[in-house]
Amino acid sequence: MEIDKNQLLRFTTAGSVDDGKSTLIGRLLYDSKAIFEDQLEAVENTSKKKGHKGVDLALFTDGLRDEREQGITIDVAYRYFTTPKRKFIIADTPGHIQYTRNMVTGASTANAALILIDARHGVIEQTKRHAFIASLLQIPHIIVCINKMDLVDYSEEVYQNIIHQFEEFSSKLYVKDIQFLPISALDGDNVVNRSTNMDWYQGAPLLHALETMHISSDINKIDARFPVQTVLRPQNEEFRDYRGYAGRVASGIFRKGDEVVILPSGFTSKIRSIDTMDGSMEEVFAPMSVAITLEDDIDISRGDMIVKENNQPKALQEFDAMLCWFNNSPARDRAKYTIVHTSNEQKAMIKEVVYKIDINTYARNEEDKQLKMNDIARISIRTTRPLMVDEYRDNRVTGSFVLIDDASHETVAAGMIV
Amino acid sequence: MSKYYLSYLDELESEAIYILREVWAQFQNPVILFSGGKDSILVTHLARKAFFPSKIPFPLLHVDTGHNFPETIQFRDDMIKELAVQLIVGSVQESIDTGRVAEEKGKSATRNALQITTLLDAIEKNKIDCAIGGGRRDEEKARAKERFFSHRDDFGQWDPKNQRPELWNLLNGKHFEGEHFRAFPISNWTEMDVWNYIKREDIKIPSLYLAHQREVVWRNDSWIPVSEYLKLDDNEKVESKKIRFRTLGDITITGGIESEADTLEKIVAEVAAMKQTERGNRSDDKRSETAMEDRKRQGYF
Repeated sequence: MEIDKNQLLRFTTAGSVDDGKSTLIGRLLYDSKAIFEDQLEAVENTSKKKGHKGVDLALFTDGLRDEREQGITIDVAYRYFTTPKRKFIIADTPGHIQYTRNMVTGASTANAALILIDARHGVIEQTKRHAFIASLLQIPHIIVCINKMDLVDYSEEVYQNIIHQFEEFSSKLYVKDIQFLPISALDGDNVVNRSTNMDWYQGAPLLHALETMHISSDINKIDARFPVQTVLRPQNEEFRDYRGYAGRVASGIFRKGDEVVILPSGFTSKIRSIDTMDGSMEEVFAPMSVAITLEDDIDISRGDMIVKENNQPKALQEFDAMLCWFNNSPARDRAKYTIVHTSNEQKAMIKEVVYKIDINTYARNEEDKQLKMNDIARISIRTTRPLMVDEYRDNRVTGSFVLIDDASHETVAAGMIV
Repeated sequence: MSKYYLSYLDELESEAIYILREVWAQFQNPVILFSGGKDSILVTHLARKAFFPSKIPFPLLHVDTGHNFPETIQFRDDMIKELAVQLIVGSVQESIDTGRVAEEKGKSATRNALQITTLLDAIEKNKIDCAIGGGRRDEEKARAKERFFSHRDDFGQWDPKNQRPELWNLLNGKHFEGEHFRAFPISNWTEMDVWNYIKREDIKIPSLYLAHQREVVWRNDSWIPVSEYLKLDDNEKVESKKIRFRTLGDITITGGIESEADTLEKIVAEVAAMKQTERGNRSDDKRSETAMEDRKRQGYF
């Protein structure tokens, strides 16, 4: 079946009430026919009640009661649509600085980020913030949508000026792939259909860019990493001595017969089989969920990692990371937290706040050492036992972690290893 | 290297298996919430895959409203037998008989909201710390904000404004005694994905999903099946129609659609051309704009 070959693309949007983010998403859903008649009717009714002319596309993305009442997005909401070419998951996040943590959350699994700029205002503080987060979370592709082109007479000059403004500050960021698009979400120019108002723009509309973006190489296929989630021991007649290590390939490729090393023990063995309910496989790659069996009887449990001898992560007990603080209560000085890294869990202590970053200006502050809600900082951390880590830049799975406060059980921070 | 990527159905499958294994690793006493509907059947199928060659290592929990389609109960019992797993039944009738809840009154009375108490009682009684559900984010606007691991306080309530951030694939299931979690392994699936996958995997589903002849009445813009629980209005007329159900809930509130789709192939084609959301035929969601959110806050599925 054709549909079975289609890939999944996850992208994130960040924006505020005014820059047309909700309208853009509404437009994508509406023009790609992902809106059902009963949803359309509901939105038409609300639009009428509020006295809007025509259908207010932004209403498609309103979720919770509070948000509907206040007319803003306060949490990450997920939207889905499919075209004949791809399936899309949108992580729709608020854009205001007080919701930095929601933006970071939405960005963590995204292949692509849409950054919206109001053509009338050009690059503003919020643009820099969104670009910073996209770069911090290493989103592989960024599409900058210069929106509301209808309000600047579809001017190419305005568009080019904004690109210059953007490139001036984004040169300080690490971004792999970036493209620009002039659009009008309200009227649908260059969203799903090509604009007839901007002949000077020769590129494809947004949806086409999303459909054709090359994402196969976004996943690390070099460094083979297999964090063990759980051990399968059926102990029934048919599988008496079966011992399968269940997990999802974090990165790289594993093949039957590969020589492997188990970390942290350092024992070596060979892959006997790679199993699924649909049969055994010759090779697996990220992000496949399988069970691996080994030739030798070794004691392996959750939190261990299967890797290859000639390509191993670093075993570190002290390392630096970029950290985003998520909690209302600030980080406590030298307090212990639970660190969750792949399927592994240890205790950890923030040893030092090296500097905090102002995500609007990218300025570093080495004086202020207190981590508060939405702060982003470079920190040094120490764990009770070594973690098997890669740099986040090389590996989004083995380079990321979260901190949990043992007193509240809340997830208080997310970190990217540098 | 271009062959090293997954199709989206394979990626969704792999994600769901990952989440089910995390549930097993992080909780002491999880269950699958089983309703007999396609989403919980799908979750059960994915759980088989997640733990193969072991059998599913936890029980299924069915909240029985007493207002069931007989086909659903038959399907449930056959499946339990085949999987050789334990079934826990929470009975709404029992909750009514013991005075835990009172039956709703009036023509459109249902036992839908009563399930919340029965569910929470069953969770408490069986010391369940994680209930795995088939909720999907595309179903409803309040569900669009659900986490994979969704925290419930010791009253079983959901606080949508104070959810734990969930980044990458790192799931935090830590909780205090008395609290529990809901886990949603198929959060990222749409109705279309579910059907495409059921077809691809040839998963057994109750015959109610396939077009069949049935006695029905027209109510709230859909065909409500005639059953012993249905009170007819004077002006309502029983007709025989070829219908099928897009979702399965209580027999009293689940409306059917007229359809000729009597095979999985035809259902997939029909769903692809659908103009109404699948919950559009569920009168439980029509009560108000935020009906789902309000029920979820209290502890609904």
